[in-house]
Amino acid sequence: MIHYNKFTLANGLRVIVHEDHTTPMAVVNVMYDVGARDEDPSKTGFAHLFEHLMFGGSVNIPEYDEPLQMAGGENNAFTTSDLTNYYIQLPAENIETAFWLESDRMLSLAFSEKSLDVQRKVVCEEFKEHYINKPYGDVWHKMRDLAYAVHPYKWMTIGKELSHIENARLEDVKDFFFKYYRPANAILVVGGHVTTAQVKMLAEKWFGDIPAGQRIQRNLPVEPPQTAAHKLEVKSNVPLDALYKCYHMPGRTTKEYYATDLISDILGGGASSRLNQVLVKEKKLFSNIDCYHFGTLDAGLLTIEGKLVKGVKMKDAEKAIQEEIDKIQQTAIPERELQKVKNRVESMLAFEDMGLLNRANNLAFYELIGDAALMNEEFSHYEAVTSADMHREAQHLFDEKNSNTIYYYAG
Amino acid sequence: MINRKIAPEIKDATEFDITLKPYEKVTLDNGIPVYIIKSDEQDTLQLELVFPGGSWYETENLVASATNFLMKNGSSKHSALEINESIDYYGAYLNRNSHHEYATYTLHCLTKHFEALVPVLQEVIQEPAFPEEELAIFRQNMKQRLAVNLQKCDFVANRHIDKYLFGEFHPYGRVSSMDAYDALQTPILQAFYKQHYTYNNCKIFVAGHLPANLIDLLNQAFGKEKWNGESSIIRPEMPVLAAEEKKFRIFNDENGVQGAVRVARPFPNRYHPDFPKMLVLNTILGGYFGSRLMSNIREEKGYTYGIHSQLYNFRQASALNIQTEAGRDVCEATIEEIYKELRTLQKEAVPEDELHLVRNFMIGSILGDLDGAFEVIQRWKNLILNGLDENYFYNNINVIKTITAEELQELAQEYLTPEDFYELVVI
Repeated sequence: MIHYNKFTLANGLRVIVHEDHTTPMAVVNVMYDVGARDEDPSKTGFAHLFEHLMFGGSVNIPEYDEPLQMAGGENNAFTTSDLTNYYIQLPAENIETAFWLESDRMLSLAFSEKSLDVQRKVVCEEFKEHYINKPYGDVWHKMRDLAYAVHPYKWMTIGKELSHIENARLEDVKDFFFKYYRPANAILVVGGHVTTAQVKMLAEKWFGDIPAGQRIQRNLPVEPPQTAAHKLEVKSNVPLDALYKCYHMPGRTTKEYYATDLISDILGGGASSRLNQVLVKEKKLFSNIDCYHFGTLDAGLLTIEGKLVKGVKMKDAEKAIQEEIDKIQQTAIPERELQKVKNRVESMLAFEDMGLLNRANNLAFYELIGDAALMNEEFSHYEAVTSADMHREAQHLFDEKNSNTIYYYAG
Repeated sequence: MINRKIAPEIKDATEFDITLKPYEKVTLDNGIPVYIIKSDEQDTLQLELVFPGGSWYETENLVASATNFLMKNGSSKHSALEINESIDYYGAYLNRNSHHEYATYTLHCLTKHFEALVPVLQEVIQEPAFPEEELAIFRQNMKQRLAVNLQKCDFVANRHIDKYLFGEFHPYGRVSSMDAYDALQTPILQAFYKQHYTYNNCKIFVAGHLPANLIDLLNQAFGKEKWNGESSIIRPEMPVLAAEEKKFRIFNDENGVQGAVRVARPFPNRYHPDFPKMLVLNTILGGYFGSRLMSNIREEKGYTYGIHSQLYNFRQASALNIQTEAGRDVCEATIEEIYKELRTLQKEAVPEDELHLVRNFMIGSILGDLDGAFEVIQRWKNLILNGLDENYFYNNINVIKTITAEELQELAQEYLTPEDFYELVVI
């Protein structure tokens, strides 16, 4: 059970306080309700590039990092398809430094041409490091494009192509900032060795006078149900053949999400999961195989990916995966196996909650999707899932027409 | 109206009183020491068994890591699947690791399931069977993984730089290979296991929310028998044979769009008085986001997504290693800038405000790192396994708080001469 207090400032900034007096530290987490799905298709990668620019100085503070390091703090940020999150950890005595820094960059950035110029290059190197200069690094670009017809999950957070990042202009940066980085569109979570009264006072003092802005009303294109299997063959300079299969799955806030998440665990969670046991250990068709998804807010993709043992034919590997899928569709999941994946979730949630930073980040996330209180209800949704629920979900999830397959050949 | 140009007051690093929470020590009936850090705030615990079974002690390449990995894959009573099932059923994680010196097994679980998991852990540690089939699968899958990794410039660069620093036959410089995987044989693994995973070589570290009968459970599983007998491990001498040549360029992928850059030099181990000082100099150079290397090469030039320097914490010998992945066309320029930063640290004293910032950053970071029982036991483990105590920890903190700009400059003059460094680019 995670305890917290919640209040909202007049400008719409939602503030959550999670007191934990067992630590000498404090964390300040600011989540903005904007991600790569909000981008213009001709300017992809912008939400993430923007995250880099948030460290390039704000209207009253030329350097973001220096004063924070001076206060003994560390920080970082991440951008996903759905959201952008900034976090600071520092000794609780110095917490006001975090309020000062975060509020000034919410008030306004410095919008320096030099910072944009450098960060464009840095992000291009990040793009190369992770998606070009790595074997199989391009597969998610191809898969998203294959699987989505209209929804903006069609492109990756890093961007669709380098040129979109290279062409970013300072005007775009300003527009983006004043549209999305407003108190009405943000959630502030403060955790650790702090009191609610202290946080109230500091939040009013530093964030209270920032103009509210507009809460974002999204009108994203809805992905229509897929009506035919998509397949793509790729030949690339890699040492092993690989197989990727993605199936459209329910979004994070739906009731069906939980059963689907447990299905992915049955197939790929841990060394005793079905795909690992049958395809790696018994049939020796794959040298590794995983089943996972990203928990995206809009309808996402459940992915099975594996590398084939040298000499194994692609069609045999695919057939073996299909047999496991057929089994899930046709046969009820035994009670003990269902209990196993539920136990795994319970344990995972407990370990996740150990870190103060994780707790703060999660509170912000649950508030973003509706209410911080959902964080404490999360496990009950998993507990409620029955074998019949999973059986039902597996039928349309693993419908052949709902599938996207990439055959990635070594060449 | 508040004046946003003025920073709030801060408490300075030197005023923070950092204490390393002491451990409790219990000795099992057969003499195994158990080091304990309790914390009842969560429902979780971590238990780690440590053995002197690292690569230092192997006579053939990869034997230590293969032994460590395969202990979990089948016992005299249960198959690998049954073992995995019984761990996964309780949502627990049983991770194994083999390093240069030590090999470990670490259990993470909800406290309420600990009792049910002890027999599995006991079986994995005391009765592994090393089935032939599991070795065959391991060999094949590790070779496949290696084939993929060998296409990555950073992976290849890491292998080579360690080889230059320590020599290819030294445990710190030795790397995996297809041939070495092929040469692995069950009897060798069994022999290595029997010699190194014995009761008298075992140490246990536990942290978190502990069941009241923890020691009873540990005694029953690990403290009654002299399992695997007594064996005395002699640490063999391993001379470092560093490369003569200093500059290397390797083309691994003709279409590569980035190069992995490594610039590194040998450095004395943690017992040397310069080691804690070097931790500070390393932070200034490339150990945090505001470091000289990051400020220049990422934030000023945009050559890379990130550049870092690190001081290896190996037992016998250390090294200072600067690493980055930079655009293919700017690798050489990156190396020039690295040398420029080294020379600047030699020529000019670190300004007081920068040193002040780094002190505060490092102390804040240690304070954050010590947050939680798992983190505290980790610190203790590193001290205990290296034959050190809390004085070493407090001395390091004292060095951070008191080292002067002059001392840092002297240190730079001794250790940051560009000609002493190995340099490598792998494209």
